[in-house]
Amino acid sequence: MKILVALKQVPDTETKIKVAADGKSLDPADVKWITSPYDEYALEEAIRIKEGKGAEVMALSVGGDTAKDVLKNALALGADSAVLLKGDGQGDAFAVAQMIAAYAKDKGFDLILCGNKGLGGDNAAMGPMLAELLGVAQANVVVKLELGEGTFKAEREIEGGSEVVEGALPAVITAQKGLNEPRYASLKGIMAAKKKTIEELDAAAVTAGAQVSALALPPERPAGRLLQGDAPAQAQALLQALKDEAKVF
Amino acid sequence: MFPRFTDDQTAVRDAARDFAQSEIAPGAAARDASGEFAKDIFQQLGEMGFMGMTVPEAYGGAGVDFLSYILALEQVAYADASVAVAMSVNNSVACAPILAFGTEAQKQKYLKPLANGEVMGGFMLTEPDAGSDAAALKTRATRVEGGWKLNGAKAWITNGGVARYFVTMARTDPDKGKKGISAFILDASQPGVVMGRPEEKMGLRSSKTVMVALEDAFVPEDAILGKPGDGLKVAFGGLDGGRIGIAAQALGIAQRAMDESVAYAKARISFGKPIGEHQMIQTYLAEMEARLQAARLLVYRAASLKGAGRTCTVEAATAKLFTTESAVWICDRAVQIHGGYGYSREYTVERLYRDVRVTTIYEGTSEIQRMVIARELLK
Repeated sequence: MKILVALKQVPDTETKIKVAADGKSLDPADVKWITSPYDEYALEEAIRIKEGKGAEVMALSVGGDTAKDVLKNALALGADSAVLLKGDGQGDAFAVAQMIAAYAKDKGFDLILCGNKGLGGDNAAMGPMLAELLGVAQANVVVKLELGEGTFKAEREIEGGSEVVEGALPAVITAQKGLNEPRYASLKGIMAAKKKTIEELDAAAVTAGAQVSALALPPERPAGRLLQGDAPAQAQALLQALKDEAKVF
Repeated sequence: MFPRFTDDQTAVRDAARDFAQSEIAPGAAARDASGEFAKDIFQQLGEMGFMGMTVPEAYGGAGVDFLSYILALEQVAYADASVAVAMSVNNSVACAPILAFGTEAQKQKYLKPLANGEVMGGFMLTEPDAGSDAAALKTRATRVEGGWKLNGAKAWITNGGVARYFVTMARTDPDKGKKGISAFILDASQPGVVMGRPEEKMGLRSSKTVMVALEDAFVPEDAILGKPGDGLKVAFGGLDGGRIGIAAQALGIAQRAMDESVAYAKARISFGKPIGEHQMIQTYLAEMEARLQAARLLVYRAASLKGAGRTCTVEAATAKLFTTESAVWICDRAVQIHGGYGYSREYTVERLYRDVRVTTIYEGTSEIQRMVIARELLK
């Protein structure tokens, strides 16, 4: 069984985000990059399948040199090989889906796993687009996955409940929190990963479906207001403010 | 520039830091309050390879160099010094002597499970009346059919009650003084090894330290470590490594105290400005940082020498003396900077102040380190 895991590099949640001078991209200075947590569930699931029934796991990322760290980490965790598609999706999920589809289409993957969305961008679009481009089945926001002989059964989160879908492999499955508990890399894995090489290829030339025209931080929160007077006066002022200004009543 | 780390060393340090920050640090205050041993954390540390770091992979270890181990220990101590000491004992004084002095069969039987985290290990040298003066130990090992029987009392045994195998020193020949002591690998899962109640310590509350009574504790023929009479050689063989390990533990605690103090100095307002803008607080912070940086270089230098297989007795003693004494001072200043809050359990520095205190005492007191250094100078 061959599994491809698509991993995205995203800014750490603790990073203080700054908009670059062009007004439509992130300022990469001082950004600490991590693997998108949803992709970590995808990778963990692939490794568990490998440990359970045996599989060959390939990790893939689209990006520049810094995306290599994500792949190194995947190798340390147990991926057998890693591919870096050198290219820039410019924040467009369709562009990235086309790059990955162009690479994966003739490789005979039985299963493609990725996060249900990339942390930060929150498009939740790349996985479904990839499945459509490859013409294979898909199940998204998956919290439980079982594989049969050439089939899959996935439990997915839907609004207010859960849904179980079954289908034939190959398929694209996008992972949701709850699918598993990702492990930490062992020292042995980290050392072994250093001996493995990351294959670097130029990503296919694609046409973006959408372009980012502007990126802005939320407006700064106005300063709080201190109510004056004794308790009844403060309660009165608060009630007034909730009615007239916040309009909650 | 020194130190310059290899990619491997950086990778190990970062892995240790990630795990320590995400999994060890969050529960440290709760474990300090309850005294609960961090069983699950050690399970994970074992699976990841942190319990037998310098042991070759063939014997279940991670096969990394000594400086990598020291960097990892520092990161763990930064998160929780109680976890660091148990990890240090397993690596430095349980795994290391068996790796250095054990037979192939002993390595397969005892070292493997200790290094891969299946079981934990410890070290029994100190007795109620033999601490720094280890050669005064009285525990007797007498010949019996198929091995030895051990009788006596051991004190201040780290990992007591949680570890399975202990490298244990006992007297095989009462007439030969220092040369009459032998080292054994003692299996604590027998009725003859009686663990006392954990000591009520000032700090390192979730590390288990106990008094042990040995009552006809059996050690089979093939579990003597080295030759009869080699006991102190085995016991002292890992001393330099153990001292550098405790220096790294103190370094981690001190760095935490430093970071907590800087954060507090920026946030706490007095006389209308952050206390970090008061000159006296700045003096403390600067002095703390200077000592911290000096200590770090000493620890890394001693670890580099040890990793290269060079003699490092004086360097290890110097690193331990300076780092632990500085760390105690740094934690004391950290409490002072925090004012009344530093005296409260609500703030991390209160725990650090208690945890750090023992580092100038165990694994060779500061007085012993001074003796080692001075002897070398006067040789």
